[in-house]
Amino acid sequence: MSTAVVKDPQLYGVIGNFDSPDDLLDAVRAARAEGYTKMDAFTPFPIHGIDEAMGEKRSPLGYIVLCCGSVGLLGAFLLQWWTGSVAYPLVIGGKPLFSVEPSIPIMFELTVLLSAFGTVLGMFHLNRLPTFYHSAFNYSKFGGATDDRFLLVIERTDPLFHPEKTVALLDSAGSRHTELVEA
Amino acid sequence: MADLALQQQLDPVNPPLVLGERDYHGITKDVAQIGEGKTPKQWYIAIGITASITGILGLMLLYLVVNGIGVWGNNSPVGWAWDITNFVFWIGIGHAGTLISAILFLFRQKWRTSINRAAEAMTLFAVACAAIYPLFHTGRPWRAVYWLFPFPNPALDMWQNFRSPLMWDVFAVSTYGTVSALFWFVGLIPDLATLRDRAIANNDKLRSYIFGTLSLGWRGSAKAWKHYELAYMILAGLSTPLVLSVHTIVSFDFATSILPGWHTTIFPPYFVAGAIFSGFAMVMTLMVISRWALNLQHLITMKHLENMNKIMLATGTVVGYAYATEMFIAYYSGNMYERFAFYNRAFGPYWWAYWTMVSCNVLVPQIFWFKKLRLNIPVMFVASLLINVGMWFERFVIIATSLHRDYLPGSWGYFRPTPVDMLTFFGTFGLFLTLFLAFVRFLPMIAISEVKGIMPHGKAHAAHSEVAH
Repeated sequence: MSTAVVKDPQLYGVIGNFDSPDDLLDAVRAARAEGYTKMDAFTPFPIHGIDEAMGEKRSPLGYIVLCCGSVGLLGAFLLQWWTGSVAYPLVIGGKPLFSVEPSIPIMFELTVLLSAFGTVLGMFHLNRLPTFYHSAFNYSKFGGATDDRFLLVIERTDPLFHPEKTVALLDSAGSRHTELVEA
Repeated sequence: MADLALQQQLDPVNPPLVLGERDYHGITKDVAQIGEGKTPKQWYIAIGITASITGILGLMLLYLVVNGIGVWGNNSPVGWAWDITNFVFWIGIGHAGTLISAILFLFRQKWRTSINRAAEAMTLFAVACAAIYPLFHTGRPWRAVYWLFPFPNPALDMWQNFRSPLMWDVFAVSTYGTVSALFWFVGLIPDLATLRDRAIANNDKLRSYIFGTLSLGWRGSAKAWKHYELAYMILAGLSTPLVLSVHTIVSFDFATSILPGWHTTIFPPYFVAGAIFSGFAMVMTLMVISRWALNLQHLITMKHLENMNKIMLATGTVVGYAYATEMFIAYYSGNMYERFAFYNRAFGPYWWAYWTMVSCNVLVPQIFWFKKLRLNIPVMFVASLLINVGMWFERFVIIATSLHRDYLPGSWGYFRPTPVDMLTFFGTFGLFLTLFLAFVRFLPMIAISEVKGIMPHGKAHAAHSEVAH
């Protein structure tokens, strides 16, 4: 084999196919031990411990939700204060034009509503959904990833990526079907 | 059935939540197949009946819009009658779905995974049925958007009174419906991707386009699961106080008034407990039918049914305790109007409604103290139906008995529903069941990825070593 590593820009990476979450985790650890960093897994359900094994950081979603929730809280406060005491001041039952206590239910509801939208749209953004085309779908047995197979990809952009050595690594880690996948 | 019972006995403390020798692929197949095979004839018959009933609902609403709300039996003094009774009834049904999907999730109750999807769908459909009433009781539903939401418009040219609990209710119910729909859809994404990949493997063009679009290109990547799991956790955390707030605010519609029988501080917890109680009864009714009709006994096990019966026993007893407290406080207050309202409730012209409520809601769930009865499917099915009858009567009793005899005996009255009242309510069941039947047919009614997540990982794959998929 030639020592010059030819990085084909038409390549997405190497995908290996594992039997169980434990086999997948072992493969991730083996790849990390070799020094690979650009990897991802495709699994039918979340595998606990894989973030640590892959060296993933905590999701920043909570901060997005906090911002959206605060906007909801403030918006509900301003809505009730402005409509009741500026735009349409009307004394009802001798009560003050604005007070906090009866405003709490709507402040709560709008906080929850905007937080929920922030959660879902924030998650979509972080996961880049919708993305109807992705290179991983080119893997011939991708369907298993939403059924009962546990896939591991090592991407071409990884500095250590080598079309043969990386395949060999995943094979030796127990992959049942390793494939070079086009971008 | 015999071997299911045997499995229970083998591990009475922590019985398995997925029965039989099922691996991951088996779960996918069992759930996805429901929608993939040829539509059974029984389904067409069932949806034909429920769609006809929905048609009755449509006709009744049209009749109402053309003639005005005088077609209902509401009168003076009973200005609120079946419209708000049915609204509260349907909203309450929805609460079990959120309890199962959010609160049991936060409490790490793994048994929820087999029933949460269907229960959440039930929530959405129940909220849809409930929303009909506030919309149509205005008589002009196309203008209701100006009246209900703070929406600047030349037609009204004024703002809502945000100090009114009815406004809080609008925000609570619409937030609840929206957040439940978001939560449900987020939960569906991985399963829609499963259906997409199966459709591609089966060369089913239409299904692969539909599910390919709906699943948004989900790949189950580890990086995506990380954000997804946190999003799911946050949604559960948001839904938990939300669901408690919704029925609390619904109870404020009554409790913030000064009418004897409504003006009580016990209403918020009492309404929430009642909502969960009635919702679980409805989940039970639907699950007993679905697991039998769709052969899902190994996924919706006796353990699930038993747990739901225990929750019904607990919440039913809370509701019974609330009835007793109300009675005692009315007596203990020394207020003659308060005393009369409750005496009249139990022994006045609506005595039959009150005692139907007490029998169905307090006495019926007591049978679940006995394990034999908790595990008996016909018994729990009948009990769940009776509980829903009782919970409907609870709302009717609270509303009609408090209104029909006010301070002035000269203006006392009695409420009788008109055929339009009855057929409208009957029609909402048609809508609810039609939506549920469509859901069961077209979407995975069990959360495939979540069930796989609670299976013992080592064992599940022993039988499956070849790359076949």
